[in-house]
Amino acid sequence: MDNIIIPYNHIQTAHCENGVASGLLQHHGLKFMTEPLMFGLGSGIFYIHIPFLKVNNGPAISYRSMPGWIFSRASKLLDIKVKRTKFNSEKEAVDFLNNQLKLGNPVGCQVGVFNLPYFPTEYRFHFNAHNLVVFGKEDGNYLVSDPVMETTTLLSEADMLKVRFAKGPLAPKGHIYYPQNVKEVSKEQIQRAIKIATKSSAFDMLNIPGSICGVDGIKYTAKQIRKWRDKLGPKKAGLYLGQIVRMQEEIGTGGGGFRFLYAAFLEQAHSYIPNDELLTLSDEFTKIGDLWRASAINMGRIYKGRLNDQKDYDLCASMLEEISDLEKRAFQKLKKIKLG
Amino acid sequence: MKKDEVPQDPSALVGVTRDVCYVKDANGKYTTDLSIGWDVKKQALDNAWEDINERVTEAALLVKKGEKSPIYYFMELKLMDLPVLAGYTGFWQFTIKRHFKPSVFKNLNEKQLLSYAKAFDITVDELKEFNG
Repeated sequence: MDNIIIPYNHIQTAHCENGVASGLLQHHGLKFMTEPLMFGLGSGIFYIHIPFLKVNNGPAISYRSMPGWIFSRASKLLDIKVKRTKFNSEKEAVDFLNNQLKLGNPVGCQVGVFNLPYFPTEYRFHFNAHNLVVFGKEDGNYLVSDPVMETTTLLSEADMLKVRFAKGPLAPKGHIYYPQNVKEVSKEQIQRAIKIATKSSAFDMLNIPGSICGVDGIKYTAKQIRKWRDKLGPKKAGLYLGQIVRMQEEIGTGGGGFRFLYAAFLEQAHSYIPNDELLTLSDEFTKIGDLWRASAINMGRIYKGRLNDQKDYDLCASMLEEISDLEKRAFQKLKKIKLG
Repeated sequence: MKKDEVPQDPSALVGVTRDVCYVKDANGKYTTDLSIGWDVKKQALDNAWEDINERVTEAALLVKKGEKSPIYYFMELKLMDLPVLAGYTGFWQFTIKRHFKPSVFKNLNEKQLLSYAKAFDITVDELKEFNG
């Protein structure tokens, strides 16, 4: 295969899926598509604590919606078709990728990070829902735009195959995706999309039945934390708190469990729909994000070994309960807000 | 978070990349900034690794004592759990659990051993010969 370099503009974003989705849409001419807009239109903000499931020997908590949903939801609202393909055969997966590159089409790939050589070793867990863009091939190496990296990187053919066929939960199966027939998007379409996406985030956070999703899910976590010290012992309880903080603050979140990113979205939404309540709500989400950060610092005191009384766990729990109440109020306002 | 509050505590990211943070600039508008790390999450990650290393040491000891097969050790070493290892090998989780027993491991055939070796990215000999 000859060398192919597709002129693709690498963008660094907080979150990989936002980055790939907004980068690909920008490539297809939708220059307005920023990371916050993608995240907001994709209704990325969420909270879920899945009971009994363990991830890396800790609690399974997420501050965002299911992998893949952000791009799917946002593109549906903007009437953009996203072509997605998974493969049973590795050879087909390789051929498909090479063909797309030959056609001059940069594509999104879902990969596992355990074998991603350019990642810091400390971050290489068996997490299979990472996303990157492949935009060419040079001297047998794929040219990769990974949105969490500051610059573009390379992946050998062997490494590319390994990460595309990582196994375990959320196994990518060579998953490739790209937008098709991207047409111009009008201001009215964006306004309508903002309206629908904010309502659907409000629904996700307030109205999903059961006690593990949305604002109820945050309370569920709080309730668990109160029990952790006695149930798990200080060491394991500390590791569990650390896992919460990592899911909330690690690279990919933009800080404060994606809440700052959502506040940035609401600010940008205001430039399409000049309702000042959007700015007020943006400020509220900034404050909520700050509280999540404060909660992380507080949990840190426990897993750094400085504090370890039941009252310290209770304080962590009551901070989460307060955050849950604030998010509930903010999303209720978002649900009611008139957006044209 | 304000732009001037972005933590810059050296972490595992140094020399690889920096973390995009969404922050408010001096005019109260959202912008992004890059961070080389935050002490609070660095400690969480360090603790997680400390725990992994302890698990690996413990697993090696169990192999040495003859209580677990090398499969158990390499699973821990490669940061896997049963669902991940089942994904790589194609074995059921309860089958893998049986293969943790040294007495069962002893009788695995070459094909089964090769599945594990491939999953762990090692040779069959390395797998068979590990004794803690």
